[in-house]
Amino acid sequence: MSLDKATVARISRLARIATTEEEQERLAGELGGILAWVEQLGEVDTDGVEPMTSVVEMLLKSREDVVSDGGIADDVVRNAPKSAHGFFVVPKVVE
Amino acid sequence: MGITLEGATGTWEYVIGLEVHAQIISNSKLFSGASTEFGSEPNSQVSPVDAGMPGMLPVINLACIEQAVKTGLAINGEINLTSVFDRKNYFYPDLPQGYQISQFKQPVVTGGHIDIELEDGTQKRIGVERLHVEQDAGKSLHDQDPNASYVDLNRSGVGLMEIVSDPDMRSPEEAAAYVRKLRTIVRYAETCDGNMQEGSMRVDANVSVRKAGEEFGTRCEIKNLNSVRYMQRAIEFEAMRQIDVLEAGGKIDQQTRLFDVAKNETRSMRSKEEAHDYRYFPDPDLLPLRFEQAWVDEIAAGMPELPDAKMARFMKEFGLSAYDADVLVAEQENAHFYEHVAEGRDKKLAANWVISELFGQLNKAGKTVEDSPVSAEALGELIDLITDDTISGRIAKDVFADMFESGKAAGVIVEEKGLKQVTDTGAIEAVIDEVMAREPEKLAEYRGGKDKLFGFFIGQVMKASGGKANPKAVNELLKTKLQG
Amino acid sequence: MTDLTDLSIAQARDLLAKGDLSSKELTQAQVTSMEGKRELNAFITETPDKALEMAEASDTRRAKGETGKLEGIPVAIKDLFCTKDVLTTAGSHILDGFRPFYESSVTTNMFREGAVMLGKTNLDEFAMGSGNLTSYYGGAINPWRAKGDNRNLVPGGSSGGSASAVAGRMALGATGTDTGGSIRQPAAFTGIVGLKPTYGRCSRWGIVAFASSLDQAGPMTRSVRDSAIMLGAMAGHDPKDSTSADIAVPDFEEGLNGGVKGLTIGIPKEYRVDGMPEEIETLWQQGIKWLEEQGARTVEISLPHTKYALPAYYIVAPAEASSNLARYDGVKFGLRVESDDLTEMYEKTRAEGFGAEVKRRVLIGTYVLSAGYYDAYYLQAQKVRTRIADDFKQAWQQVDAILTPATPSAAFSADDPPSDPLAMYLNDVFTVPVNLAGLPGISVPAGLTGDGLPMGLQVIGKAFDEATVLRIGQSLEDAAGFDARPEGY
Ligand SMILES: [Mg+2]
Ligand SMILES: [Zn+2]
Repeated sequence: MSLDKATVARISRLARIATTEEEQERLAGELGGILAWVEQLGEVDTDGVEPMTSVVEMLLKSREDVVSDGGIADDVVRNAPKSAHGFFVVPKVVE
Repeated sequence: MGITLEGATGTWEYVIGLEVHAQIISNSKLFSGASTEFGSEPNSQVSPVDAGMPGMLPVINLACIEQAVKTGLAINGEINLTSVFDRKNYFYPDLPQGYQISQFKQPVVTGGHIDIELEDGTQKRIGVERLHVEQDAGKSLHDQDPNASYVDLNRSGVGLMEIVSDPDMRSPEEAAAYVRKLRTIVRYAETCDGNMQEGSMRVDANVSVRKAGEEFGTRCEIKNLNSVRYMQRAIEFEAMRQIDVLEAGGKIDQQTRLFDVAKNETRSMRSKEEAHDYRYFPDPDLLPLRFEQAWVDEIAAGMPELPDAKMARFMKEFGLSAYDADVLVAEQENAHFYEHVAEGRDKKLAANWVISELFGQLNKAGKTVEDSPVSAEALGELIDLITDDTISGRIAKDVFADMFESGKAAGVIVEEKGLKQVTDTGAIEAVIDEVMAREPEKLAEYRGGKDKLFGFFIGQVMKASGGKANPKAVNELLKTKLQG
Repeated sequence: MTDLTDLSIAQARDLLAKGDLSSKELTQAQVTSMEGKRELNAFITETPDKALEMAEASDTRRAKGETGKLEGIPVAIKDLFCTKDVLTTAGSHILDGFRPFYESSVTTNMFREGAVMLGKTNLDEFAMGSGNLTSYYGGAINPWRAKGDNRNLVPGGSSGGSASAVAGRMALGATGTDTGGSIRQPAAFTGIVGLKPTYGRCSRWGIVAFASSLDQAGPMTRSVRDSAIMLGAMAGHDPKDSTSADIAVPDFEEGLNGGVKGLTIGIPKEYRVDGMPEEIETLWQQGIKWLEEQGARTVEISLPHTKYALPAYYIVAPAEASSNLARYDGVKFGLRVESDDLTEMYEKTRAEGFGAEVKRRVLIGTYVLSAGYYDAYYLQAQKVRTRIADDFKQAWQQVDAILTPATPSAAFSADDPPSDPLAMYLNDVFTVPVNLAGLPGISVPAGLTGDGLPMGLQVIGKAFDEATVLRIGQSLEDAAGFDARPEGY
């Protein structure tokens, strides 16, 4: 599997990681190499095999429907690079 | 019955499918212990889980799943004993984890249907493809600052049910009927409060058009419609837009669009177009959700009577018309009020009073049965006064108006105003004699064979008695007296 | 009295219990050592004040007769665990300045049992790496050096800072996390014991997530007994983690000396890989002999899908990571590179905040999950994973535990590490299958290479059978009599 630069550009856009053309060039080679290597998984006969959903056999835990958290607005925003009046602040979203 | 659209090249038909996001009624969020209450200080109902803090993990609130199962049963769906939570990955400031926990391949409910009442009195069955459970996002405010958007995560992580219909609707009116019916159902099941203004129910409409009998066309999804009226307008606009494009020889791009209420138009949402590739995969922080059929059976056994069943009962057992029954069951509170009034009384009479008098007055006053100045007991008492001949139906309407105004009991008003019906034959005969004496010519005509004048005499007698004379007694006595 | 930095947890515990030592003295000795060995770059954040405060509080509790399992024991915490009000970086630029307002469940458990925190240890960025070379804060250094060679060696990764701190006598023990070998491989590279418990044994709540279905916290110590003690304090069911096992935590120390008599140990033939140094093979044979001499029976077994473990891992882990790391977006915490445009803010923040290896994995993960590729990559990898787990299940019909080398080589140079990412990934060839199957595994130092560098043996056990794993580990430790110590520092 080889990757082209356009594909690297597309996935870096999806992953929201800016990449320069040079980086895309380099990544195309690196990622292509890794993908070529993982493709050996195609050799394994997996007909009728269930994909792993959980390595431990147990039932999903659940919680009671009670309010046990919140009321910590100051904590919630205290690590934010930008906040105002208790809100997180981001560059204007235009829709 | 679908509505068709006349274009330059022929007749087009709407094809509409709806995705309704219904907020689950629960105390705490789907995966955290923060409160779901509406309208609080920003970020005050946020746990570190809801804020997507590093290392935080979701733990499911089973009450939300119970609500989804209830709703699934209420829309005749199949409850899946195993379902899976997936991550839907995209970047947006109100999505703090960078993904929404949702259900993609294995939802908790598959299939189902909702029957809607059409204007011509017939019913139509709308298929439901699935119901899945997912997290709500936070809220972005765009008008606080010219250069910035503010993000409040209080809604982040609140449990939603997404109910996806089949593309079975053929007019904006059918779509409206579907949304209203679904709203009625979830309110009956007490799984969602259906409050569209507060965003408890939001609709995404998938709209396409086709020439009658042809294959489905390419659809566009109009996002986040929060009123039935806007939804209808948006669908109408979008269909017209598509017809214009198609008739000009263009083709429809599958798009996510936004309805601009002020401009009354839909437009493409740039941000959603880019994020198309959601990279769904099972959330590794959660195991598959499994429960027993016995649990489902238990929930089914505890279900309240749903609108369809109630309507059928009103028609079959109470003898109500389909129209009356439909009006009464639309809101559970109304149906409840009616049943209270009707208990031990004439069902049809009760229905008439509730629908034409009470609802009429409430509508005018902009009130609901919950804040009605006339209680079910009070209305029942009024109806009793009619049934036992204390007052006539006509007088009762005046009494009701007074009750609505003053909040007084019917008996009190009748007493105070002396509205009791006169059934004493002597008193009625005296009035008849008086009228006959006053109208000798008419009497002669009647006696000469002009039967039609009987009505005139009835009217005169009733008028002379101030409407209080018992109409039946007047009728009988008048007949003999006029004969002479 | 012996050097206080040389004490094992068990020894310190006894001295503290007898009143021959205070936690404050013990802690002060570690703090001094930590501050004196900064060139090893084992810590990202030192918290000496907090440590001494906690030590004092411990001494006060002890005076009142209240003692926990780790009462007064100074330990180091991998900087992947969120610690309340203490900088938590995950070795990444993108978490600049992040001070959690919550404490991870594992550290909460340990502090409840009396542990004292010395600081936050260095790691590969977001735990992605096998050499401690991807940390934004520069790599930690292995206190060991090859004979007659002055070059710095890697301590392994990703829990390399913890390994370096424990091997370098700066802490009596340290927490690690292990997603594909990140406890066991650095333990082997630094001559200490590292235990990855069964998935679900230790809560993941409050640990910065790398790959959710694989991550597991565990102890790194200088003896098997110390690992048993520490695991007892770390483990336990946590209702805040849906994948935490609701299973009683046994007393792991009990039965530690029970020996291996009567046990059947599997020797998987697929763990003989091309290009594996002779010394590793020899060590493995030695291990087999030690166990046999102590009364165990060894049998050759087959784990036929072993060779597919690494490629499966390099799909599953990056896929999960690509999603887990989406929350680092410059909005709620950490680094933000400003821009007027939201998307550009995201892209610049993440380009600047993530290092090369993290980007590589996030991109691979994004790719394998993207439309049209999911079935071929992610789904197939998860099916292969089922096969790998089934291989182990098959083996448990026959054997009580499995013995393998911990790593295919000893520590390598920090200055010229393998430049090809794939060559780096091979470090985890023996450890990764254990994570994919969710099993417990321990690395025990068992010998030295000709260059005088430590090598480890790995014992793999059945799910939630850490007790047997530890017991076999103890037997290996006893037989190996490994008492070499790093001379480099
Ligand atoms: Mg939708
Ligand atoms: Zn949705």
